[in-house]
Amino acid sequence: MIWDWDWTLQILPDLLTQGLLVTVQATLGGAVLAFVLGLFLALLRRSRRAYISRPVGAVTEFIRSTPLLVQLFVVYYVLPDFGVSMTALTTGIIGLGVHYACYTAEVYRAGIDGVPKGQWEAAVALNLPRHWIWLSVVLPQAVRRSLPALGNYLVAIFKESPQLSVITVVDVMGLARELGSERFRYLEPITIAGLFFLLIAIPASILIRRMERRLDH
Amino acid sequence: MTTETQPGNASPAEADPQWMIRFDKVVKRFGDVTVLRELDFHVRPGERVTLIGPSGSGKTTILRLLMTLERVTSGTIEVDGQYLSHMRRGDRLVPADERHLRQVRKKVGMVFQQFNLFPNMNVLRNITEAPVRALGVPRDQAEAKARELLEMVELADKADEHPSRLSGGQQQRVAIARALAMEPEVLLLDEVTSALDPELVSGVQCLLRDIAQQGNLTLLCVTHEMRFARDISDRVLMFDQGQIVEEGDPEQIFTEPTHQRTRDFLQAVLGA
Repeated sequence: MIWDWDWTLQILPDLLTQGLLVTVQATLGGAVLAFVLGLFLALLRRSRRAYISRPVGAVTEFIRSTPLLVQLFVVYYVLPDFGVSMTALTTGIIGLGVHYACYTAEVYRAGIDGVPKGQWEAAVALNLPRHWIWLSVVLPQAVRRSLPALGNYLVAIFKESPQLSVITVVDVMGLARELGSERFRYLEPITIAGLFFLLIAIPASILIRRMERRLDH
Repeated sequence: MTTETQPGNASPAEADPQWMIRFDKVVKRFGDVTVLRELDFHVRPGERVTLIGPSGSGKTTILRLLMTLERVTSGTIEVDGQYLSHMRRGDRLVPADERHLRQVRKKVGMVFQQFNLFPNMNVLRNITEAPVRALGVPRDQAEAKARELLEMVELADKADEHPSRLSGGQQQRVAIARALAMEPEVLLLDEVTSALDPELVSGVQCLLRDIAQQGNLTLLCVTHEMRFARDISDRVLMFDQGQIVEEGDPEQIFTEPTHQRTRDFLQAVLGA
């Protein structure tokens, strides 16, 4: 098989604009949802009320123990039977976001546990109301500690986003497959799609490592 | 003076303005370890009291109980005539709830061995955060007050600095300013110079001596620095195994201790 440059140049603009745009939307949407929802899950799981912390713990465990692919199928093909229907992209963003929220919740939990006891004690000694202890003392420090790990999950979400193509989302990967099926040639579109991921993921990883080092000191 | 010992089954004695701090048969256990055994002691308003004694004798626990960082196992503590760990419901004493704790805790402030400044805020914000959030002081007022306090601790130029850029001594002075910003009536000092490099100790001690002499703040101080204890306090309590072994004015305790345990302890720490 010989690399067809003409065709490459012909499909590159489409992959770059339509395909990558959807991938970026799915990634950022999923990540924002994962980062926000994960924080709430982490807080709920720490609740002193067992009727809150237990079910939340069980649900996150359940989601972490089943494949994203299965969850996407269920949300996209089963939920409409119960009257919930959304576009494929929205479904994908929610699927990615909820799935990864169960992982980021653990990241936040570790971040919260890492805030020294002395910080809590100083806040109590200053008579700060409980919600302000969380908002102005504990969470800012916990989130800061969590940033590098969250960055890694951002990259992971980005790399997992092609799974959305199974629920008809036309991202870089979905488009590459469509283009390939027109000519039964997959070498060029799939290679280009792979390179996109590489070109974005590598600098992102370097950035995160740099951030890690800055937070360490 | 007779008071009840068991919360919940007696009519509580009325508040006595004579005392700022009153421990009544306080017992504190951690699991099987008894740290305080039926401890009674009283501190008058404005009095400056230093607690000395070997580590593990329960001194720090007393401060932590007063700061409500720990709860008593039994017995009662009063601050300025109000129950600290308990509250009155009808004619019974029940364990305090969060609202009651916040009410009484207002009167007490604490400076920690490890400073415990908030690393996510600059120096000024460290001092203003509690007055603004806990007392509802307007931010500009709180900042003006904070700058005055920084002036007093001689760190006026560090207001916008990040705590991690300050030396240990400077951090501890900020922590003192932060505690004073809440205008407590009782200030607890928990080995405040133990974590400092030797050359930074005297600056912090001088500052505290000035504060002790100026205000009518009630001071309760745990320290291993005997000179400082002598300088700062009206009364010294010698602790051992959760009980007061000996007490007296600093002159007497340090020059002619009557109890053998005190003599041994002083010999050990002074290396004399």
